[in-house]
Amino acid sequence: MIFVTVGTQLPFDRLVTAVDRWAGHAQPVSHVFAQIGPTDLRPSHIEWRDFIEPPECQRRMREADVIVAHAGMGTILSALELGKPLVVMPRRAALGEHRNEHQLATARWLAESGGVSVAFDERELAHKLDAADRIDGGTRISQYAGDDFIRALRAFIQGDPARVPRLAA
Amino acid sequence: MVLGESKRILAVASSGGHWVQLRRLRPAFAGHDVAYVTTAGAHRPEVGTARFYTVRDGNRSNKLTLLASALQIGWVLLRERPDIVISTGAAPGYLAIRWAKLVGARTVWIDSVANVEELSLSGRLASERVDLCLTQWPHLAAGPVYYKGSVL
Repeated sequence: MIFVTVGTQLPFDRLVTAVDRWAGHAQPVSHVFAQIGPTDLRPSHIEWRDFIEPPECQRRMREADVIVAHAGMGTILSALELGKPLVVMPRRAALGEHRNEHQLATARWLAESGGVSVAFDERELAHKLDAADRIDGGTRISQYAGDDFIRALRAFIQGDPARVPRLAA
Repeated sequence: MVLGESKRILAVASSGGHWVQLRRLRPAFAGHDVAYVTTAGAHRPEVGTARFYTVRDGNRSNKLTLLASALQIGWVLLRERPDIVISTGAAPGYLAIRWAKLVGARTVWIDSVANVEELSLSGRLASERVDLCLTQWPHLAAGPVYYKGSVL
């Protein structure tokens, strides 16, 4: 099963349409469930809902073979925590899909660091889906932030704020 | 002040990516008394027995919800009287940090790891107010903004 999510805040019709078109032609047929956000778009080849509650989202992510998503950190971190193959396509502020281009920056960083598959446009996304069994993923990250970061925060919580930058250095 | 003394912590994040990042910081709260504030009640099971509040998810384009959010956060602060307010964003976290001084709390802002190229607007505003402002990107550390690692 392929699980698609665009988050709860904004529509991302370009992503959903690309997956819907792909699903219309894909051989063999893949079961796709998409959470498509606040939009009038009505996909025809995939199962969809505009919103799902966080527990259902978590369950669908656990059950998915592949997750396809906007380049939002919530989805990216959750997929990495589950060790799921993940393809992200960044929202573009230039196309009115977000307030600024931070998802493009996130996508570039992910593409450089590996571990997550990045499609910068709809054509790349379709190619990635054609080879869905070869999508990066499966490296599960810890549920928690790194030790250094946790230690710096604990020092601040317990101690003198003025000393923290040096304490945790 | 004795190191290791248990503090009251108020941890604030909007639902979505900000919340997922806050959740990854839980080991930093171990041994302290923590209450959570977010914008979706569905997250309640994720915090176990910790106290849990929901507030409206304000943003700058809707002044009314921002005001509602600010009032709810003010009420939570008065009720909780935290020693520390910590937030990973976005608007409700900034509001909590702005109001935290009224109850004498020390504050930490952790700018989202999604802000690779520049600090968020909330982060830039928060950096002038907080006791500790952290970016998750070494190249964005400057002036009052420190880098101590990331949620990854």
